[in-house]
Amino acid sequence: MSSSSSVSLSGSKPAARRRHGWSRQRWRDARDGYLFILPWLLGFILWTAGPMLASIAISFSAWQIITVPKFVGLANFAALLQDSQIGQSLYNSAFYVVIGVPTHLFVALMTALLVNVRVRGVAVYRTLYFLPSLIPLVANSLLWVTILNTDFGLANYFLYFLHLPPIQWLSDPRIVKSSLIMMSWWSMGGQMIILLAGLRGIPEHLYDAAAIDGANWWHRFRLVTLPMLSPAILFNLILALIGAFQIFTQAYVMTSGGPDNATLFYVYYLYDIAFQKLDMGYASAMAWLLFVIILSFTLLQFRLSRRWVFYEADLK
Amino acid sequence: MSKLWYVPLTITAIVLVLPSLWLISTSLKVPGTEFVYPPQWIPSPISWRNYPDALQQGSFDVYFKNTLTITVAATLGTVITASLAAFGFARIRFPGRDFLFVLLLSTIMLPDIVTLVPKYILFSKLHWINTFLPLTVPFWFGGGAFNIFLIRQFFMTLPYELDEAARMDGATNLQVYFQVVLPLSVPALATVAIFSIVANWNDFLSPLIYLNSPQKFTLALGLQNFQTLYGTHWAWLMAASMLMIVPMLVLFFSFQRFFVEGIQLTGLAGR
Repeated sequence: MSSSSSVSLSGSKPAARRRHGWSRQRWRDARDGYLFILPWLLGFILWTAGPMLASIAISFSAWQIITVPKFVGLANFAALLQDSQIGQSLYNSAFYVVIGVPTHLFVALMTALLVNVRVRGVAVYRTLYFLPSLIPLVANSLLWVTILNTDFGLANYFLYFLHLPPIQWLSDPRIVKSSLIMMSWWSMGGQMIILLAGLRGIPEHLYDAAAIDGANWWHRFRLVTLPMLSPAILFNLILALIGAFQIFTQAYVMTSGGPDNATLFYVYYLYDIAFQKLDMGYASAMAWLLFVIILSFTLLQFRLSRRWVFYEADLK
Repeated sequence: MSKLWYVPLTITAIVLVLPSLWLISTSLKVPGTEFVYPPQWIPSPISWRNYPDALQQGSFDVYFKNTLTITVAATLGTVITASLAAFGFARIRFPGRDFLFVLLLSTIMLPDIVTLVPKYILFSKLHWINTFLPLTVPFWFGGGAFNIFLIRQFFMTLPYELDEAARMDGATNLQVYFQVVLPLSVPALATVAIFSIVANWNDFLSPLIYLNSPQKFTLALGLQNFQTLYGTHWAWLMAASMLMIVPMLVLFFSFQRFFVEGIQLTGLAGR
């Protein structure tokens, strides 16, 4: 802090380095480095590693939170296999992920491309596109209940306009998951922003070079934009997958898991088991099953990404 | 091409904004006339009193205060401790750093759901249930791996010579953090602050689990509760929703200019 300490510090540095293996500065950096990351490191132990280990132990026990936990071995995991709701809720969540994540990303990519041009007023369009993402999920879910109402909703009014028959958006078990996916397209603003940041990072000279080679817009998109954007797409894809597997709020607010369990998503069922039935052991076993599934999907994406993700650093 | 570009640009904008317009329109309809056929875009008469009425029916002033308290406490913790950790990872050399950073990156991909049950049990043993502590205290411990990562990526883009120069003048690491790196990182800090504010303002699952008396409810919980009580009063519901949305709009428009700047995608692969 004072100027005197600065003099002594820079003065003693070379000498100190010669005497011990480590200079005083290096010791200081080691200490400071750990001090700076200490809050995170404590948090990692308290809120991540500790709970994960505890979760393993809990998953081997029968525990109703008020009762004394009892070791039951693999009984909870055996029960998972017998539980038809597990299969149903896994299917529901997987459907939401497999159809929802790619279509959502596609919409985000299309809109990002649309607003990545230099035309007058494009900033206004960008804001308008992002706007729906600012509506909190609970409020947005309530809004879409009115829009998707079978008799009086906007959605069916547009169908009527196009001379199409009405759809039971939220009350037909075969359709309701697709309705929730469709609704999610409106809130793609966050992904759009990340893709937009990626698009802006593509150097202009690549497009110039492509133009000299006579590339049309499709070639430019296919051979310049997509490869350069692929790391951002992978990043979005992985985070979106983890998020989509944990869909809960929409189903809780809009459909209460119905109709006919068609929106009983996995996390909804887990919530029910843990916080309505207070069966902590079974809920922990459920959480681990989902963790393993999400992890394998994530690793699969990384594996597949080697075929399509292009890192600029590979060229250097 | 540039003139024609406005056609898809405008059509997409209309499609994307229609639901929001419908929200505003419904919030101004006389209760009981929300559902008429064909749908009415401009309510007549315009019922402004839905707003005070809805606020009176629910304790939205209390929910608003609760949500604000939680959001501010969680966001402060996030920005402060995430930027500290990011500085450690980006600007200081120490043994074990690279291993710990990989550990941090891997927790970004960890679904929250795995730790949900044990954390709930921990907080209930601490007698933190039905307090704001489970919704705020954890954010003072690093503020989330993704936020650390985002700030670290931004710190990495700042020239190292700045630190070296300050250290030559005898600055400690803490002084470099406060006087050199932080003032240059406003876009990244603002971006993380926005992410944190939006996430905490909107969160539903955690308040649902941890808060059970209506005096402690957040807006998200209060709105859901309002629906079960007044499920048929859509005009009130939409008016109450607007109360939750407007602060987010104000926030977005005040910080908009930092937003894209603060997201550094260089080195997204982690290296």
